[in-house]
Amino acid sequence: MSDTTSTPLVEMRDMRVSFGGLHAVDGVTLDLKAGEVVALVGGNGAGKSTLMHTLSGAHPADAGQILIDGKPVVIRNPRDARAHGIEVIYQKLALADNIDAAGNVFLGRELRTRTGSLDDSAMAAATQSVMQRLNPRFKNLKTPVKSLSGGQRQSVAIARAVHFNARILIMDEPTAALGPAETAQVDELVTQLKREGIGIFLISHDIHSVFDLADRISVMLQGKLVGTVDRADVTMDEVLAMIIVGKMPADVSSDEMAGLHGPGTH
Amino acid sequence: MTEITADPSAAPQTNGAVPSDGAAAPPKHTWRSILAASEVDTRLLGLVVALGLIWIGFNILSGGDFLTARNLWNLSVQSASIAVMATGMVLIIVSRNIDLSVGSLLGFLGYVMAMMQWRWIPETFGLGLDRPFTWIVVLAAGVALGALIGAVQGFIVSYVKVPAFIVSLGGFLIWRGLIFRMGAKGQTIAPLDHNFQLLGGGASGSLGEWKSWALGAIACVAVVLNLAQTRRRRRRFELSVRPMGIDVGIGALSCAGIIAAIGLVANRYKSPITGLPTGVAYPVAILIVVTLGMTYLTRRRRFGRYVFAYGGNPEAAELGGVNTRRTIMFTFVVMGILCAISGAIQTARLNAAVTNLGVQNELDVIAAAVIGGTSFAGGVGTIPGAVLGAVVMQSLRSGMVLLRIDSPSQDIVVGVVLVTAVAIDAALRLGKKTVVAATLAVGLLVAGVIIQTGRQ
Repeated sequence: MSDTTSTPLVEMRDMRVSFGGLHAVDGVTLDLKAGEVVALVGGNGAGKSTLMHTLSGAHPADAGQILIDGKPVVIRNPRDARAHGIEVIYQKLALADNIDAAGNVFLGRELRTRTGSLDDSAMAAATQSVMQRLNPRFKNLKTPVKSLSGGQRQSVAIARAVHFNARILIMDEPTAALGPAETAQVDELVTQLKREGIGIFLISHDIHSVFDLADRISVMLQGKLVGTVDRADVTMDEVLAMIIVGKMPADVSSDEMAGLHGPGTH
Repeated sequence: MTEITADPSAAPQTNGAVPSDGAAAPPKHTWRSILAASEVDTRLLGLVVALGLIWIGFNILSGGDFLTARNLWNLSVQSASIAVMATGMVLIIVSRNIDLSVGSLLGFLGYVMAMMQWRWIPETFGLGLDRPFTWIVVLAAGVALGALIGAVQGFIVSYVKVPAFIVSLGGFLIWRGLIFRMGAKGQTIAPLDHNFQLLGGGASGSLGEWKSWALGAIACVAVVLNLAQTRRRRRRFELSVRPMGIDVGIGALSCAGIIAAIGLVANRYKSPITGLPTGVAYPVAILIVVTLGMTYLTRRRRFGRYVFAYGGNPEAAELGGVNTRRTIMFTFVVMGILCAISGAIQTARLNAAVTNLGVQNELDVIAAAVIGGTSFAGGVGTIPGAVLGAVVMQSLRSGMVLLRIDSPSQDIVVGVVLVTAVAIDAALRLGKKTVVAATLAVGLLVAGVIIQTGRQ
């Protein structure tokens, strides 16, 4: 799937973020290629979300370098990130509940008429056509998103990224709030976006969905990168060992491996 | 608001505004389906119904004195100043802030505008009162000063991050205090410029008969054009369109209302001085312009969209790339401008600037916005709702005056109505019909007892 010879879409080099004395992200280096899904896994507080915040502009990095298409870029806020085609789908969806689907899809990037008024009809029409692709059953364009189901709300969040031709998509636990059917729908969508050549960073706790979707898996522990592995080369147990013990598969002893399945380890 | 329990086999008559998950489908042509198809705000409709009941109730209790052209004309003028500020308070409360300074700010700006025409302009330029451009210069300066003060308060709220309650409490004290420190040492300033006085809607401060009809005609044409344009735009983008019959009905009802307001109230009321029809008073004309402008600002401009987005979810707005700080600051600028307009109306109406101008207005303004459906949780509120809220408040006061209820009892009733209105709104949102009924019953009972026992 991933083309290993071309320039990576995104390279993050030696990224560092600290909160007070705590090193939330401690010298992490990652890359992402077009049409590739890189899963970012690790326990709570491993630094996955914080690392992604440096890419999305939600929280600036203290040190490190971000390259897009091989060129260094500076990302200070969400607007900068968007200018580079980076879109985020947050765990908590980040929708304004009191506003309709079209208003949310275009939030911060409204279409306007010549007089500078909001062009609601054009935004509704564009939203309708994106939704046609993502979730054809979606019809509630004009009700506040508060009244939508979790899956529909997720469609709105994803539509926002898709409409603006994201090249780099960060999905932070996209299915955490969803039921099984809706999760399957989102998984299908990820596969589709990948086919369209979008690079995706997927933060997830669900090791099964990671193995279903990801091309490579990067494991973090206590702010540090344990390592990045090709999904085809590892087993779920080996990834679990990386998450818990913090060692690459080759370095894990058989005792430690056995301990994974012992009582009270996770 | 309530669940529609419909026959699922009924063919959907309407558009995408109806949940499509199979949970509910609109039935054929019940009043509910028509209401849903009309996309009319049901809360606003409820408020109109409540206002109608209040008017009819006071009319019966006062033996027909309430629904007279004279009383309704006065009511419209008395509501205007609070209603103008309430439209701005909607933006402030929707974006999760509060402004307690509006009464003091209004008083301060009114006093400044009076000082300008009475003292500063004459002393600096040697121009006395009643020059043709005095009123517009004074008003423009007042509006500019209001915007500046609003910007300062808004800056402290949004950039320095001092809670709006504190900033505006400070403003509440500061602006009132400054009135007393100004040149005239807090004395009453009167009389005012002749043209300026017209802003208050005094004896000749009205549009007169034919201009009022012209205003009404413009309004009717605007309503029809707006409906037609919405249809055309939606068609162009292949979106669902409201059924033609409903658009025609909305247009006809709106025009009938406009014609009734002008023919049966504004032009029916004869000026006590000239004996001619007075027409729409200037403060009411100003209110109409402000309402239209503020509605446009909130619904059709990016700024309004951001105010509501921030109120609904501040984090989402920030992550969406909205400049939330600037947006919040601007809500206070708008509020300051509206305080200046209301200050001009009230000062002109009194034909004097007094030190206690606008005392307690902040409470009336907040109450009007809240009765009009603005939620302190943020993200919810409408401009027409706030205007209606102001009219409801003023109707209560005016009706109780007609019934000779003493002023403290009036305050009690307005307080009871305020709390009852918000309680009903909360219960409706949770779908608790019995709570709604119980709240309404208790509220009406208490208000009734106070009115009965408060008669002088």
